[in-house]
Amino acid sequence: MSDTVLFALEAALNGLTVGIMYSLVALGFVLIFKASGIFNFAQGVMALFAALTLVGIQTGQVPFSHLINAALGTNIHDFGFTLPAILAIPLTVGVMVLMALLIERIVLKHLVNQEPIILFMATIGLAYFLEGLGDIMWGAEVKPLDVGIPQGMSSAVDEFTYNLFGYGFYLDVLNLYALAIAAVLVTALVIFSQYTKQGRALRAVADDHQAALSVGISLRFIWVLTWSIAGIVALVAGIMWGSKSGVQFSLSLIALKALPVLILGGFTSIPGAIVGGLLIGVGEKLFDFFMQPIIGGATENWFAYMLALVFLLFRPQGLFGEKIIERV
Amino acid sequence: MLDTQHEGFVTADGRQIGGVVMELKNITLRFGGVVAIKDISFDIRQGEIRAIIGPNGAGKSSMLNVISGFYNPQEGDVIYKGYKRPKMAPYKVSRMGIARTFQNIALFEGMSVLDNIMTGRMHHMKAGFFSQALWWGKASREEEEHRAAVEKIIDFLEIQPIRKTPVARLPYGLKKRVELARALAAEPQILLLDEPMAGMNVEEKEDMSRFILDVNDEFGTTTVLIEHDMGVVMDLSDRVVVMDYGKKIGDGTPDEVRNNQAVIDAYLGVAHD
Repeated sequence: MSDTVLFALEAALNGLTVGIMYSLVALGFVLIFKASGIFNFAQGVMALFAALTLVGIQTGQVPFSHLINAALGTNIHDFGFTLPAILAIPLTVGVMVLMALLIERIVLKHLVNQEPIILFMATIGLAYFLEGLGDIMWGAEVKPLDVGIPQGMSSAVDEFTYNLFGYGFYLDVLNLYALAIAAVLVTALVIFSQYTKQGRALRAVADDHQAALSVGISLRFIWVLTWSIAGIVALVAGIMWGSKSGVQFSLSLIALKALPVLILGGFTSIPGAIVGGLLIGVGEKLFDFFMQPIIGGATENWFAYMLALVFLLFRPQGLFGEKIIERV
Repeated sequence: MLDTQHEGFVTADGRQIGGVVMELKNITLRFGGVVAIKDISFDIRQGEIRAIIGPNGAGKSSMLNVISGFYNPQEGDVIYKGYKRPKMAPYKVSRMGIARTFQNIALFEGMSVLDNIMTGRMHHMKAGFFSQALWWGKASREEEEHRAAVEKIIDFLEIQPIRKTPVARLPYGLKKRVELARALAAEPQILLLDEPMAGMNVEEKEDMSRFILDVNDEFGTTTVLIEHDMGVVMDLSDRVVVMDYGKKIGDGTPDEVRNNQAVIDAYLGVAHD
């Protein structure tokens, strides 16, 4: 096989595994959009907040320590213990569920029956609030996150491809883990929504609020449930991206990468989020690979948005979204 | 023929009507300055088909929404099974055994007919979250029981061929029937039907009337329905409440109502002064 094909193949494979990281973020958006018609602008910040909380709990940081020290003149920063990931992750899940509960109580409850744009604006506010809260609680410096996921070149992939093609592919192990975790997450979500009472209730609420009320479904409970799940998905995305490049503010900007994924896959489709992420991941790597000699590098920064624009022109509902047919 | 005692009575066609299940006492409902319902009282008896009729804008749907808890009246009491019902969320009212259909069909369009009807059984399901997800123990047994109950309703309403069809693909008349099935799946104490025959052709209307009667006959379901079509109402119902401009202008058997001067005026149109 010629070198170019091999290199392209390697790029595509890398794109596939990066793409799944985009999918993880997009998934959180889709869940909330499906259940409540809200485009949750805060999804990216939720991932940041979840990752910050995880690091904080793992390293035994005192929350609000800067604030406490400034107010009381003390000098405390951490509790002096560290927790293993296996304890810290469930605790962080607890924090995300609590957050979902508070969001419902403080924000959503008062905005029932409002226009989608108003709910959207509320999530923008929420994004800024959470961003600030994360800073005050855990500090603004870049933090490394290590939950025990190995990183670096996968020697298995390297060896396998070397034996096959005489050229070893470089693939980050972390990305392979992301692939496996995304698969588990999506399977769990599908089982939940198809085979449990709560999952059925969730689909019902997504379809028709009034009808859901009439069969005895509590909308508020379902909202807390959805936001909790979105919070957990955000945590997973936060862990993967945080392990890759450290927990810092820029983590919340991955939400921007999720937008083209959503436009490709459709806002209401879980498989769409996965396929959309993979397409964008592969697309941007291959585009970069072939176009770099001609137009120079850094195409990854804009390729996804350009692709989204093309989709908006020709297939605005996305690959898997519901086609909007207006009857007149 | 009607008695006011609590023991109930026997209808002309020999069905036993029981005691009072729900009593609405001096209900007044306002939207800002608009009075939708003005001081209305009536009762609903076990096993009867109770109709609420009246011209457009008479407040029939509002009345139904009060019964189903979607609206909370400013004045008056809803006495359900002998107890005054406090102000509560509609989903709680539904869990107390009041199921309903909507005037402009409210089904879960993305789900299959079967899934739609299964949602009706939601609050009868007790198995825990994880056993459901993993399909072990109580959950699988329970699911089978509920499926059996749902299949019985599907058979009864003759919708077997469309069990797996997504609701969005069904024609209007069938959607209405699926909505009735979902309400029935909850095994309600009171079944509320908001214009079950609106927008149907004659054949579909006849089918629907037959189903309402059969359901009442077979399961003894207490039914409250709103309908425009006078002919249909008179044939179906045991007792009729007539509303006009938010007020009750008649209450009794179809024959009594038909001969009520106020009702005739409301329907034929007499100058209100």
